[in-house]
Amino acid sequence: MASIDIAEIRKAYGPVHVLHGIDLSIRDGEFVVLVGPSGCGKSTLLRMIAGLEEISAGEIRIDGRRVNDLEPKDRDIAMVFQSYALYPHMTVAENMSYSLRLRRTTRERIAAAISGAAAKLGLDTLMERRPRALSGGQRQRVAMGRAIVRAPKAFLFDEPLSNLDARLREQMRGEIKKLHQSLGATSIYVTHDQIEAMTLADRIVAMNSGIVQQVGSPLDLYDRPANLFVAGFIGSPAMNMFDGTYRANGAGPAIEVAEGTRISLQRQYQVADGARVTIGIRPEHIPVGAAAEPGISAKVELVEPTGFGTILHVRPFGTTLKAFTINRDATASDAVTIRLPAERLHLFDAQGGQRLA
Amino acid sequence: MTRPKRIAGTIAHRTAILAYIVFALFPLYWLLKVSVTPNDLLYSEGVLLWPSRASIEHYLFVLEHSDFPRFFRNSVIVSGSTAFIVTILASCAGYALSRFTFRGKYWIVALMLLTQMFPLVMLVAPIFKMLSPLGLTNSLTGLVIVYVAFNVPFATFLMQSFFDGIPKDLEEAAMIDGATRFRAFSQIILPLTLPGIAATLGFVFTAAWSELLFALMLISSSGVSTFPVGLLSFVSKFSVDFGQMMAAGVLALIPACLFFLFIQRYLVQGLTAGAVKG
Repeated sequence: MASIDIAEIRKAYGPVHVLHGIDLSIRDGEFVVLVGPSGCGKSTLLRMIAGLEEISAGEIRIDGRRVNDLEPKDRDIAMVFQSYALYPHMTVAENMSYSLRLRRTTRERIAAAISGAAAKLGLDTLMERRPRALSGGQRQRVAMGRAIVRAPKAFLFDEPLSNLDARLREQMRGEIKKLHQSLGATSIYVTHDQIEAMTLADRIVAMNSGIVQQVGSPLDLYDRPANLFVAGFIGSPAMNMFDGTYRANGAGPAIEVAEGTRISLQRQYQVADGARVTIGIRPEHIPVGAAAEPGISAKVELVEPTGFGTILHVRPFGTTLKAFTINRDATASDAVTIRLPAERLHLFDAQGGQRLA
Repeated sequence: MTRPKRIAGTIAHRTAILAYIVFALFPLYWLLKVSVTPNDLLYSEGVLLWPSRASIEHYLFVLEHSDFPRFFRNSVIVSGSTAFIVTILASCAGYALSRFTFRGKYWIVALMLLTQMFPLVMLVAPIFKMLSPLGLTNSLTGLVIVYVAFNVPFATFLMQSFFDGIPKDLEEAAMIDGATRFRAFSQIILPLTLPGIAATLGFVFTAAWSELLFALMLISSSGVSTFPVGLLSFVSKFSVDFGQMMAAGVLALIPACLFFLFIQRYLVQGLTAGAVKG
C-alpha cells in the first residue's frame, strides 16, 4: 500500500498533446476514480502510472519513490484490464500464480495466496479451468484475483466492467467496493461511466481533453460542479442547461430567460449586471405540479417512465427541460407548472463555463 | 428455408466440394498410378484408371540404382535449414513490426515488399555473380542463403499478422505481473503464436522443397543437387523415364506430408479464445 503523487504530468505523441500538466495526490488506501469521456486522457494517465506509456514531462512517485524510469515490473502495482488480458494457455490457478512464480515465491506461499484470493472471489471450483471456459463475470473475477494475490502497492483498474452486461456490472461494482473495504489498498479506477465513479470513489477526478476539470468527493462534484463540463457529465439524467441574462438590480437579483420569464435568485453572484449566464438545474430538483399551482406554466412534451420514477420533458420557455418526478400521473401534452427553486440553481459563466461564485 | 430445399442445398454444396477435391487430387492420383505401372504397359494402357498389373519396380530402381537418395537428403537439409532459419528471423522481425514504432519502419516494410515484386529469373545472374567469388555456388549453404533471403520478407509479414492477432494487453499484463519484455514474449506471446510458427515453417519448407530455378542455376554437380533438379535427370535426350520419375515424385511427397502431419495440430486456430472479452 502506498501513496501516489503525480506532478505536472504531460504526454505528447509527436505534435499531439493528450495530457496538459496533471497534478494529483492520492493518499494511502484511497479509492480514486478518473472519469471522463473517451479520449480525455484518463487511460493514458493510468498507463503512465503503470509504466506502459512513457512520460513526456513531469514526475510520478509511488510511495515517495520516483518511478518515471522504472519498468512496469519494478513498480509493484497490479492492473485489471478492460479486456481482462488473461493468459489463454494457462489455467485460472496458473493465471493467478504467474506473478508470484516470476518472483520465485515458495510453493506453499503461492498455494496459500491463490486459495485465499479464490475464496474471496468465489473462484474455488474453477481453478483448473482455462479462461475460454469461463463466463465474462468469471473472467473478470480471475483478472481481479490475479491482481490481489500479489498484495501490490496499488491497484489500477482500466474500465474493468465495460465488457459486462448491466446487471453483472452492478454486481461486480459492489464486489469491487467490498474488496476495497476489506483490503484497503490504494486504487485508481478509470471509467467513462459516471455512476461507477459516483458509487465507487472516495474522490473523483473529472477529466476532459487532457485537463483535470475538478477533483473532489462524489457529492462535491454532484452538488457543486466547478464548470459546465462537470455539471453536464455527472448525474443521470443530465443536468438541464439554459442561457439567461443576469439582473442585479430591480427587485433583488434575478435571471431573465426568454419571453420575459424572470427567475429570482437568493443572493448576488459575482457577475456584472446584464451578463450572459448559463443556468443549470438537475431534473430531480424541478418540482412539477398541477396547472393551477403557482410557478412557471409548461407543457409536457414527452414522458419517459423508468419504473422508479418518470422523466418528463417539459417546455416552459423556449427550451426543453427534463424533470424527474416519482409521480406517475402525467401524460404527454398535459399542462403543468414547474418551479425552479433558487437554492437548486447553478450559475455558470456563459463564455468560459466556470461556476459563478 | 423448407426442408427439401435445405437438403438440395446441402447436396449441391457437398457435390461442389467433392468436385473440387477430385479436381485437385487427380494429378496426384495419376502420379501414383504411373509410378506403379510397368514400362511395357505405360503406353498400351495409358488411359486406364489403374493398370492391369501393378509393380514397385520403379521404386526399387529409384532407391537402389539412382542418385535419388542423395538428392533427397540434400533437399531435406536445404529445406529444413531454410524453414528453421527463416522462421526464427521472421518471428523476431514480425514481432518488432507488430509491436514497436521505430525510425525507418515505413521504409523497411516498403523495401521488404519491393523484394517481392521482381521475377526471380531477373535475379539469377546477379546472384550467381555474387555467390561465385564467395565459393557459394555448387554448395548447399549457398542455396540455403538464397532461399532464406527470398523467404524472410513474406514470412515476416505472415508472422506479423499472427502477432497482430494477439492482444497487446496480454504482454502488458505479463510485464505488470513482473516479467521483462523478453520473458513476456517467450512465456506468453510465443506459446500463443505456435499456429503461426507452424504455418510459417510449413510454408517455407514447402517453398524450399519444390524450388527448381535457383537449384538448377546455382548447382552443377549431382553431389549437391536437390530432388527437383534430380527429377530432371530422368529426362534423357531420347526418352523420359516416366515410371521412375513418378516414383521419385511420390517419394518426394512423403516428407512434406509428414511435416504437415506433425505441425497440423498447431495449425488449428482458436488457441487465444478466452484471452480477452468475448
